Amino acid sequence: MTPASTSRPAIQVVRASKLYRRYAHRKQFATLKSALLTRSLISNLEPEETFTALNDITVTVPAGRTLGVIGRNGSGKSTLLKLVAGITKPTSGTVTVAGRVSALIELGAGFHPEISGRENVFINGIMLGLSKREITRRFDEIVEFAELQEFIDAPVKTYSSGMYMRLGFAVAIHVDPDVLLVDEVLAVGDEGFTHRCLDKFAEFKRRGKTILLVTHSLGLVERFCDEALWLDAGRVKGSGDPKRIVGAYITDVETTEEKQLAADDARARESATAVMVSPDEPGSAVLPDTPIETATGPADMFRAAEGRWGSREVEIVDVEFESGGGTSSHVFRSGDPMTLKISLRAPLPVDDFVIGVGIFNAEGVCCYGTNTSIESLQSERLHGDAEVRFSIDALDLVEGTYKVDVAVHKLDGYPYDYHRLLYTFRVKSRTKDVGIYRPRHEWHFSGEMTFRRTDTSGS
Amino acid sequence: MLRNLSQLPRYRALIQSLVARELKARYRGSVLGFFWSFINPLLLLLIYTFVFKYVMPAQPEGTDPYPLFMFCGLLPWTWFSASLIESSGVLISGGNLIKKVLFPAEILPIVTVTANMVHFFLALPILVFFLIWFRAPLTVFELAWFPVVVLVQYVFTLGCALILSALTVHFRDIRDILANLLTLWFFATPIIYSYKAAPDLARRFMNLNPFAHLAISYQEILFFPGPFGHWKWLVALGVASAAFFLFGYFVFDRLRDSFAEEV
Repeated sequence: MTPASTSRPAIQVVRASKLYRRYAHRKQFATLKSALLTRSLISNLEPEETFTALNDITVTVPAGRTLGVIGRNGSGKSTLLKLVAGITKPTSGTVTVAGRVSALIELGAGFHPEISGRENVFINGIMLGLSKREITRRFDEIVEFAELQEFIDAPVKTYSSGMYMRLGFAVAIHVDPDVLLVDEVLAVGDEGFTHRCLDKFAEFKRRGKTILLVTHSLGLVERFCDEALWLDAGRVKGSGDPKRIVGAYITDVETTEEKQLAADDARARESATAVMVSPDEPGSAVLPDTPIETATGPADMFRAAEGRWGSREVEIVDVEFESGGGTSSHVFRSGDPMTLKISLRAPLPVDDFVIGVGIFNAEGVCCYGTNTSIESLQSERLHGDAEVRFSIDALDLVEGTYKVDVAVHKLDGYPYDYHRLLYTFRVKSRTKDVGIYRPRHEWHFSGEMTFRRTDTSGS
Repeated sequence: MLRNLSQLPRYRALIQSLVARELKARYRGSVLGFFWSFINPLLLLLIYTFVFKYVMPAQPEGTDPYPLFMFCGLLPWTWFSASLIESSGVLISGGNLIKKVLFPAEILPIVTVTANMVHFFLALPILVFFLIWFRAPLTVFELAWFPVVVLVQYVFTLGCALILSALTVHFRDIRDILANLLTLWFFATPIIYSYKAAPDLARRFMNLNPFAHLAISYQEILFFPGPFGHWKWLVALGVASAAFFLFGYFVFDRLRDSFAEEV
């Protein structure tokens, strides 16, 4: 491949910014009368309160290269794509694109429901810049790609959404652009169609076309793109080697999730504590003669929502998740070690106590539950502050959010302190496998059987 | 602006196919299909004729046969008013195209006006039928003016449509104002009455009304005997319409960048 520095840029965005008008504090529907009266017909159209969708972006994509744009929702990815497509103009800065552009932004935008697929192909093709003759030449190919041979003469309104999208995609891809802009369109369509789209993109790449790909599928960016661009709140947060950028992005997403979960956790704990401890008698929780209502759990244990109950003869002071390195964390990779650190306090000595832990997934299914009694640990004595570390060598769970029960109770079930679903952690995985538990496994094949690694998975 | 304007002929094929789509889609699914293009004006004609001949027989002098007289003004008016009403909403309803496809937005109002012109042409056979039926005094020389009137009306309507469509994106109330304004405009134009029979003061007002000159031109060419005496007005209106079209295009072009965000 030609080195990037010597080839002519296909897309050049120089210090582009895009401001959008915000309606929050403005009258949304200005009336003609008021505009005429104040003679502000033009000045009214200038942004007053603005939202910066893109802030001083500079991007250069050399011809023949594929750039993947990643970033959170609202980071400006689609705005960038619209600027490059020429659908909107930058508020400042310049955008230059060399060659014919085709934008797969909304497939089939501009289809008219009442007329046939055939006529729509022609009109859509002309809209996208083809001549009638070019469309006639490619018509069969388009219909074949969309797999709509039988239905091409039916009105588009009778199409299923999949058919509609396939036809839109087929037209857009057959425009034979020099620059192809793709906005998350692979998320639609079935598996087979997605693969054919990817094949088509690969063909484009081979023929030296330039592709700008906006996607949340990080695996696709790593595998498919020559370069990645990471946008965050309208700014370029990183660009360059896809593997490096995707890695940095994943780390950042995890950090944010971590913060969010920590905040959620703190809130859950606070609300549970607020329910339980009456402010006028702070010491009451430790007394053995606490009223029985607070000492028993909800009637139906299995339908219980998050909460906290118990006599507090033994109190769970703090619960923390720790990663393998011993740092506090809420986000774990599947298979990582995890330690649950439980701080206990018993103002008076107790000898009958059981410490239990339960892990539930988002559907409320108990993934695992155990306690010291089940595992044949006979309690002897607890007084003052103590710490329990429940260490899991490998957290072999599938991706998802999990909630944790932590409890201290008597052998007969009388609760000292029961924390129900108060703690949350998240498991992330690069494999989108399903179920609850991921047994350690490997695939072995023998005989006449080969596989090729594709890795279509996302993060 | 001029650069954009010069690009416009490149989109001829697109305008053509969009107009065809517009026409096909409009009557798709209706039993009578294209015949509605005849039936609609015919029904309108029946109503007006009934009202002004039998209910309120105040037929102005020199307008006999009245149906033919009225039809000469009514058909162009239908083209004009339908174009304006449709184009006022066309950018909003075509928002998908403007936001998602690189698409010169002015094509939408142009398509609207052109599609309505085709409807006008489709209704012309009825007019021809009436002309023959009533043995209208036609001369070839006068008929040669007919395409000129149509062209002037086309350019004038385009100018209005461009301004209206662009402004409605920002001021949605235009659509409501427009419906009322068009009713007023209809009665201010010599369509159901004759310019010649109108009092002096009213005539002076009518001279300020661009569509009055179009209606009078149609009537003089197709209805009134004698040479086409209104041609000076028509030529002046043609020049003014061209200027107005450029002005409309200018307004549209100024507001163009806001469409993708506002619709």
